[in-house]
Amino acid sequence: MVNGMQDGVSAFDLILGGDPALYAIIKLSLTVSVSATLLASAVGLPLGALLALVRFPGRAVMVVVLNAFMGLPPVVVGLGMYLLLSRSGPLGFLGLLFTPQAMIFAQAVLVMPIVAALTRQTVEDLWVEYRDELTAMRIGPTARVAALLWDARFSLVTTLLAGFGRAAAEVGTVMIVGGNIDGFTRTMTTAIALETSKGDLPLAVGLGIVLIALIIVVNAAAALARRIGELHAG
Amino acid sequence: MRAPPSELPITIDGVSVRSGGVIILERISLVLTPGAPTVLIGPNGSGKTSLIRLAMGLIPPTTGRIAWGGYGATEGRRRAIVFQRPVMLRRSVAGNIAFALRGGAIAPPAPQDRVAALLDLVGLAALGRRPARRLSGGEQQRLALARALARDPEILFLDEPTANLDPAATKAVEDVVAKVAAAGVKIVLATHDLGEARRLAGDVIFMVAGRILEHRPAKDFFTRPVTPEAQRFLNGDLVI
Repeated sequence: MVNGMQDGVSAFDLILGGDPALYAIIKLSLTVSVSATLLASAVGLPLGALLALVRFPGRAVMVVVLNAFMGLPPVVVGLGMYLLLSRSGPLGFLGLLFTPQAMIFAQAVLVMPIVAALTRQTVEDLWVEYRDELTAMRIGPTARVAALLWDARFSLVTTLLAGFGRAAAEVGTVMIVGGNIDGFTRTMTTAIALETSKGDLPLAVGLGIVLIALIIVVNAAAALARRIGELHAG
Repeated sequence: MRAPPSELPITIDGVSVRSGGVIILERISLVLTPGAPTVLIGPNGSGKTSLIRLAMGLIPPTTGRIAWGGYGATEGRRRAIVFQRPVMLRRSVAGNIAFALRGGAIAPPAPQDRVAALLDLVGLAALGRRPARRLSGGEQQRLALARALARDPEILFLDEPTANLDPAATKAVEDVVAKVAAAGVKIVLATHDLGEARRLAGDVIFMVAGRILEHRPAKDFFTRPVTPEAQRFLNGDLVI
């Protein structure tokens, strides 16, 4: 109990003292998770909208697969990306293994099904509401996708937050493809795992506090933005 | 340069519509030409909404033919509709009109003078920046009218546009409809409000159970209804 309290106090010392190692890890973690969420959204938002609007053979199977992939095990994704990016793999020539870029791609693979599946559901619900109006206005397929994504923007913020949450909390994928290299590919989650196993609890606790605080701050900012947006756009 | 073909006349020739074995419309033959508003009246379930959707090209005929002047069902761009419960897009009042003016495209931006003119026409000039979903029912109907007019229609279908509105809101909507009709837009309006039909109609189509029982000039219909069903309907009796 006393040790635990001491660890907590030391953790706050690290955070408030502006420990450079700690802040480098935080910066890298945010860069990787935000980039992965943006990359996944660039693919997942239009894919989800298309699945909501377009009927084609095999669509139902694709929807089931996409929904199932929301629960992709991170270590399996990490393993797959490792095999792709390793020197003997098909993308080995890119030399990305054990780099932040590899971590971004791997997290994007993990997050994309979440973004696409939740977008499909959101857009499909909105399409039921908008179908008659957009059809009567003779709005073409591309403009429909754009209009539905735009009008669902406040709901889609929650989708993006779910994706960001998955990326920020994830450890298995980035551990495998990033290698947890000190000062280069070490993120908050991989550092927490490592420092806990080494017994350096103050740093692990400090990172844990920062991670949770960041997720709360990002969600609060998004909720505020959504509230202000709804107030002005309806 | 040749003028684009007209949407009018709309010729409906022996059209029936069935859905799941149920007859929605039966052997409808009708020609909608430019001129004074055509008002569809009849009890609930008589097929008014279905006839409007058919004439708009939103539902296909099961049998029979329909022609929109020189256009096919999905080709024409100068016919528009206001639904009984119009859906407001999640943007501002002006944003809703701009969307319709651009045909949904992101660029180029909608001409602001046209947006302002349409807002002015429907009496919403002061509410352009308000979120559309925060308007009252009557204001939403007028916005839906402006959005439909953004397509510069030759023919405008209105499905019970004043249902559930109070008298003041009803008058505001009817005033806009009368202005639009006076400007030369063909109005086809469905209503079960006989007062509204009397105020707006040039000719009346009376429907029961998916069939047209009468199609006559409004004055003749209201003073000398021919069918017993129309007589009972005008007397306020139940027509099933």
